[in-house]
Amino acid sequence: MQERIQEKLNILADSAKYDVSCSSSGSDRKNENKGLGNASASGICHTYTEDGRCVSLLKILLTNHCIFDCAYCVSRKSNDVKRAAFTVQEVVDLTIGFYRRNYIEGLFLSSGIFKDADTTMERLVRVAKKLRLEHGFNGYIHLKTIPGASNELMHEAGLYADRLSVNIELPTERGLKLLAPDKTFETMEKPMGFISETLTALNDTRKLIVSTPKFAPAGQSTQVIIGATDESDREIIQTADRFYRGFNLKRVYYSGYVPVLSDDRLPSLSMQVPLLRENRLYQADWLMRFYGFGAHEILDDSNPNLDLEIDPKFGWALRNLHLFPLDINKADLELILRVPGIGVRSAQKIVAARKFGNLGWENLRKLGISLNRARYFIVCKDRALETKDYSAETLRHLVLATANSKFSQLHGTQTSLFG
Amino acid sequence: MIWLVYDGSFEGLLTTVFEVYEYKWPEIHIRKEGMAVPPLFAEIRHVVTDDEKAKRVWKKLIGLFGPSGVRTLWISWLSELETIEETILEVIRYGLKLQQHVLNDFGNLHVLQLQQAVKSVGREKHRMEAFVRFQLTKDAIYFSVIEPDFNVLPLILSHFRDRYADQKWFIYDSRRAYGIYYDLERAELVDFIPNALLSPNGLSSEAFSENEMLFQKLWKDYFKSTNIVGRKNIQLHVQHVPKRYWKYLVEKRL
Repeated sequence: MQERIQEKLNILADSAKYDVSCSSSGSDRKNENKGLGNASASGICHTYTEDGRCVSLLKILLTNHCIFDCAYCVSRKSNDVKRAAFTVQEVVDLTIGFYRRNYIEGLFLSSGIFKDADTTMERLVRVAKKLRLEHGFNGYIHLKTIPGASNELMHEAGLYADRLSVNIELPTERGLKLLAPDKTFETMEKPMGFISETLTALNDTRKLIVSTPKFAPAGQSTQVIIGATDESDREIIQTADRFYRGFNLKRVYYSGYVPVLSDDRLPSLSMQVPLLRENRLYQADWLMRFYGFGAHEILDDSNPNLDLEIDPKFGWALRNLHLFPLDINKADLELILRVPGIGVRSAQKIVAARKFGNLGWENLRKLGISLNRARYFIVCKDRALETKDYSAETLRHLVLATANSKFSQLHGTQTSLFG
Repeated sequence: MIWLVYDGSFEGLLTTVFEVYEYKWPEIHIRKEGMAVPPLFAEIRHVVTDDEKAKRVWKKLIGLFGPSGVRTLWISWLSELETIEETILEVIRYGLKLQQHVLNDFGNLHVLQLQQAVKSVGREKHRMEAFVRFQLTKDAIYFSVIEPDFNVLPLILSHFRDRYADQKWFIYDSRRAYGIYYDLERAELVDFIPNALLSPNGLSSEAFSENEMLFQKLWKDYFKSTNIVGRKNIQLHVQHVPKRYWKYLVEKRL
């Protein structure tokens, strides 16, 4: 019995690990009447895997039996792997046992499509329902929805889960056609639209009737696999932008394709997507979500892919030198946010601190700003460090020459790949 | 130079601040009792904690910095950094001089130092909320030992009380030899440790429930299966999970 649970957990955690969503933030579920758990609005990573990713949730599949045959997926029908399935009660017991020991923030439950969409989805919902109603569980629950499930089930899922996700998997329609013939953008976007509309509708009702039930309070997210097909970074960022705007998504996750299967349609097993590309996409995503950049500012016709050597904000600044230098003691917060080397918190600190007097280089350094890049784009109280009219090309070299990038190791792998 | 030595309580520090103004000492050092020894010929004065004086300083500070500002001072003090009392005093002096809430003046060296201490304490608080690992005892108490760099127990109390309201739990800071005990009614700071939990040579494995070892095994398994071997990045791993915490983490223990 004990060994069987161990075996199931190994199989069903192993096949769930390629889903990169790990966030447990954004929910405000409170522990009432002495129940178990309290969702932390900021989310908590309880540990990190040896590959450096955060572990916040118990991320498992209910089962890896699947009737679909998506080329990129380990659980696809035609792949010869060991299969297993949890019972509803087993998932509930594992979640509670782990949560009580403070190993996790909650559960991320996904599933292979072992039967039709509704039967599979109903089973996922039953786990969440049991946790909430029978165990008074207020921890985080993320359910991955099953493409093609009915609106009724999606609605019920949203009542018990904190977050719902609809993974579009591939960033372009032609990619889907090639690798996931059972899926189309249309079948993905329908549930996204339903979730988004329900969220908006219930939020409007809540303004009038306070007791309106919570529906996926941490919103919805999606995941795209990158590098399994030949799409450009621009296509990926545009797809993400469309989802952020169209469906009010909280997060888009980018998962560098890890070759696990040999298939004529896929990159060969030795061709791993450079981690750096994934990293640059996340940086670009942050620029859209927290720094006020539009997708069109990050990439355009002449720059269809992100520069692997420099971060996307520095890249944007080099293309827009006419906007600089910026006076750090006068400029608006939105503009300070656009200076390479200045993050959101530093920008806010600058604006708070300058009310007490003009800031100089020493102040900025102590605030933790990386002057290595910023010095070429700003002036402050002190004499300018760099006022020369450098060309974009020169600036790029100057910064790269002095930068001791934390990604230099990743660079190594990457150049040898293309070398 | 005068060395003021106080009893290590926050009220004691507030009393010290009062006396600095009462006696108009121009230059002083402040140390907790039992901390680093002052130079041989230093003039040492022991501050006797006085509730009345402490209250008056507290009131004054609330007026100057607001309740959240005073909380900021208190959090920086929990860092137990050797000269944090002096930093706090300098910030209070600066605030009194300007008659302003100066805690956002990151351009001021003392404010910046204080805010950096607050940030470090905050990071450790968050880490402890993440890294506490409860083990279930036969007496149905979820038990955990931690050894934080800063004194964060008072800061994590409410987090665990709100989260684990339906189970008894005990978190013990082995460096400072005190803990928080929650008995299903209230969570309190206590300076004892239940005898059932600690044998002279550490934790006795007999103290734990039948299922405990199974869950630890399952968690270790899960930790292993969720890793993508081809992407191993130990440097990043250690950055997130510093080695000094490993001995308390189920998944990192052999």
